[in-house]
Amino acid sequence: MSNPYVNTLLFGIYPYLCLAVLLLGSLIRFDRDPYTWKSDSSQMLRAGWLRIGSNLFHYGILVVIFGHFVGFLAPHWMVDWALSPIAHQLLAMVVGGIAGAIAIIGLTMLIWRRLSDPRIRLNSRKWDIAVVLMLWCQLALGLLTVPLSASHMDGVLFETLTSYVKGIVTLDVSVAALMIDVPLTYKLHILLGFSLFLVSPFTRMIHIWSGAGTLAYLVRPYQIVRTRKKIIKESARS
Amino acid sequence: MKIRAQIAMVMNLDKCIGCHTCSVTCKQVWTSRQGMEYAWFNNVETKPGIGYPKDWENQERWQGGWKRKKNGKIVPKQGGRLSILAKIFANPHLPEIDDYYEPFTFDYEHLQHAKESPTTPVARPLSLLTGKPMEKIEWGPNWEEILGGEFDKRSQDYNFEAVQKDIYGQFENTFMMYLPRLCEHCLNPACVASCPSGSIYKREEDGIVLIDQDKCRGWRMCVSGCPYKKIYYNWSSGKAEKCIFCYPRIEAGQPTVCSETCVGRIRYLGVLLYDADGIEKAASVEDEKDLYEEQLKLFLDPNDPAVQAQARADGVPDAWLEAARHSPAYKMAVDWKIAFPLHPEYRTLPMVWYVPPLSPIQSHTNAGAIDTVGELPDVRSLRIPVRYLANLLTAGAEEPVVTALERLFAMRIHYRQRQLGEGDGMAVLEQAGLSLAQVEDMHRYLSIANYEDRFVIPTSHREDAEDAYGLKGACGFSFGDGCDHGPSPSSLFGGKMGQRKITPMRPLDN
Repeated sequence: MSNPYVNTLLFGIYPYLCLAVLLLGSLIRFDRDPYTWKSDSSQMLRAGWLRIGSNLFHYGILVVIFGHFVGFLAPHWMVDWALSPIAHQLLAMVVGGIAGAIAIIGLTMLIWRRLSDPRIRLNSRKWDIAVVLMLWCQLALGLLTVPLSASHMDGVLFETLTSYVKGIVTLDVSVAALMIDVPLTYKLHILLGFSLFLVSPFTRMIHIWSGAGTLAYLVRPYQIVRTRKKIIKESARS
Repeated sequence: MKIRAQIAMVMNLDKCIGCHTCSVTCKQVWTSRQGMEYAWFNNVETKPGIGYPKDWENQERWQGGWKRKKNGKIVPKQGGRLSILAKIFANPHLPEIDDYYEPFTFDYEHLQHAKESPTTPVARPLSLLTGKPMEKIEWGPNWEEILGGEFDKRSQDYNFEAVQKDIYGQFENTFMMYLPRLCEHCLNPACVASCPSGSIYKREEDGIVLIDQDKCRGWRMCVSGCPYKKIYYNWSSGKAEKCIFCYPRIEAGQPTVCSETCVGRIRYLGVLLYDADGIEKAASVEDEKDLYEEQLKLFLDPNDPAVQAQARADGVPDAWLEAARHSPAYKMAVDWKIAFPLHPEYRTLPMVWYVPPLSPIQSHTNAGAIDTVGELPDVRSLRIPVRYLANLLTAGAEEPVVTALERLFAMRIHYRQRQLGEGDGMAVLEQAGLSLAQVEDMHRYLSIANYEDRFVIPTSHREDAEDAYGLKGACGFSFGDGCDHGPSPSSLFGGKMGQRKITPMRPLDN
């Protein structure tokens, strides 16, 4: 990975490949195959550990994801007046560490449930299992960065990573060069993260979009009535 | 006022013989698929019993239906919008499949291939969830058939509320009735209100409640939201499914499969006109016992010219108004007041109504002498306690049930007197508050029950709304995978759960 060409491929080009597949793949699936778009819950087959595991995992990971967005993408002027870079890093480590630990505990329960209960094991697709294992590794890598960061409390590494993410988001491919000297754990965490984006449209991970979509429920009326009489109504109006 | 029309169903429980033809024909047509083996859009329960799924009427446990808040507003009992979203990762009130039953088949193949042995080979049960042998079948869709099981368990039935139930465990006092159940296609459906993706809707033209399969995301809130537990999660496709009231048949003017095949001719289908603007108010009345009366008030008189004019203005076609004037549902629910909604206390304003069953008169205290009130036997001495029926049909209000039972008796007594030459039978009618014309109509509809009287279904007017030419030759009911009749092939995005063949049965032909 220290080869600059490989580095550019992995950290300059691969992320865009993943993001493009994520966006286009999701769009195509939503448009062409809406019947396959679902959360694929197995709760009905047997709840078991799902009640506690799913809640721990989902609430934990929501905090983690939200933390990544705010931590990496918030512009300097929004953060600097309140937090020094060191305090910012400490906050990220504490909040991210706790939320990540909660999420990985929950996910461990979910994986245990999925693999050990024959009803659920036999009704899982290969990708259902692959994706939870990928998520578990991703959470583990993320948690491993917490003690690593503790040995770089000056905030420099943190700033490098922030610049990299901002660069990717603002289509600046040259930021790949920033990643050359970053410790391996961070590199793997980033690569696996983008790989998760890559596989999302082909797995049940697409339910994350719908999860965000359920926020519309908060503002809709309780009852929904559909009519086929649009044409009648329109002609009556004109 | 905004007038809408709905095809409502009435079932005459007095004539239900519990043959399950409705359930079986429904299953053959709609739910004989992987993932839906355990689901019965229509099922028949023996009451008293805890039913299918177990204990479904106990809303303290399942949290279905609506609750009225102190300020008079109603919210889904399982929680408001924010509360439902907060529970989205694991629905705490979702039944497990074992609450219905673990679907099974039998290892029939073994009977053909078993080696010679001193004992007869047996076909062991195989789980349709795992394909593995099951030790024992613990429960089924109709486990309590004709009072199967011990009274201790059956008497957990929620409708025993305020009934001294112990004596009904004794053989001499026991009673039973059948209760066929399907989706109620409510005016105020709690499933629609519970759906975070907004995939469930009520059709304006005929009131049928459907799930948009392409929009359903499998959040499962409708399953717990529906107090009748008539939404089923397809564990294979990951989508919720429910009774579709055979809408392709209804649109063509045909009765639903369960109604068409009913051996006892107990089912009736007809148009009810109702005031859509009054729904929320009717569902929010303070006293649960008023809910039946309030729902009744929503139904409008199809013979009233003002109602007809308003209905036309609101887009109800003339054929529907004509059908409403001959609606058996209107006659039974509104004219004669002999039909009632199932569990109105759930505040969903259900649209499948029931005529309560008559039962033998208890004369054990005083053999031979029947307690009578005037011309009529005392319906409170019937074998099925009135309070039990009231808990089932009117949220515990006994008066309407008593009146209905009296009218059913009056019809029988009137006709017996006429046919045996014991007078004109008018005294009994007067006591029951029926006119001669009414009782003759009741006799025609309930006793003779001609096909044309039971099913008055106007065809839908799709030609007004859609380019029917474009629909020519299109497939009807499908899951978005074209007209393919087999299992959907796995696409780039993954098809159904698992690719295993779990039914170990082979068609003999290939």
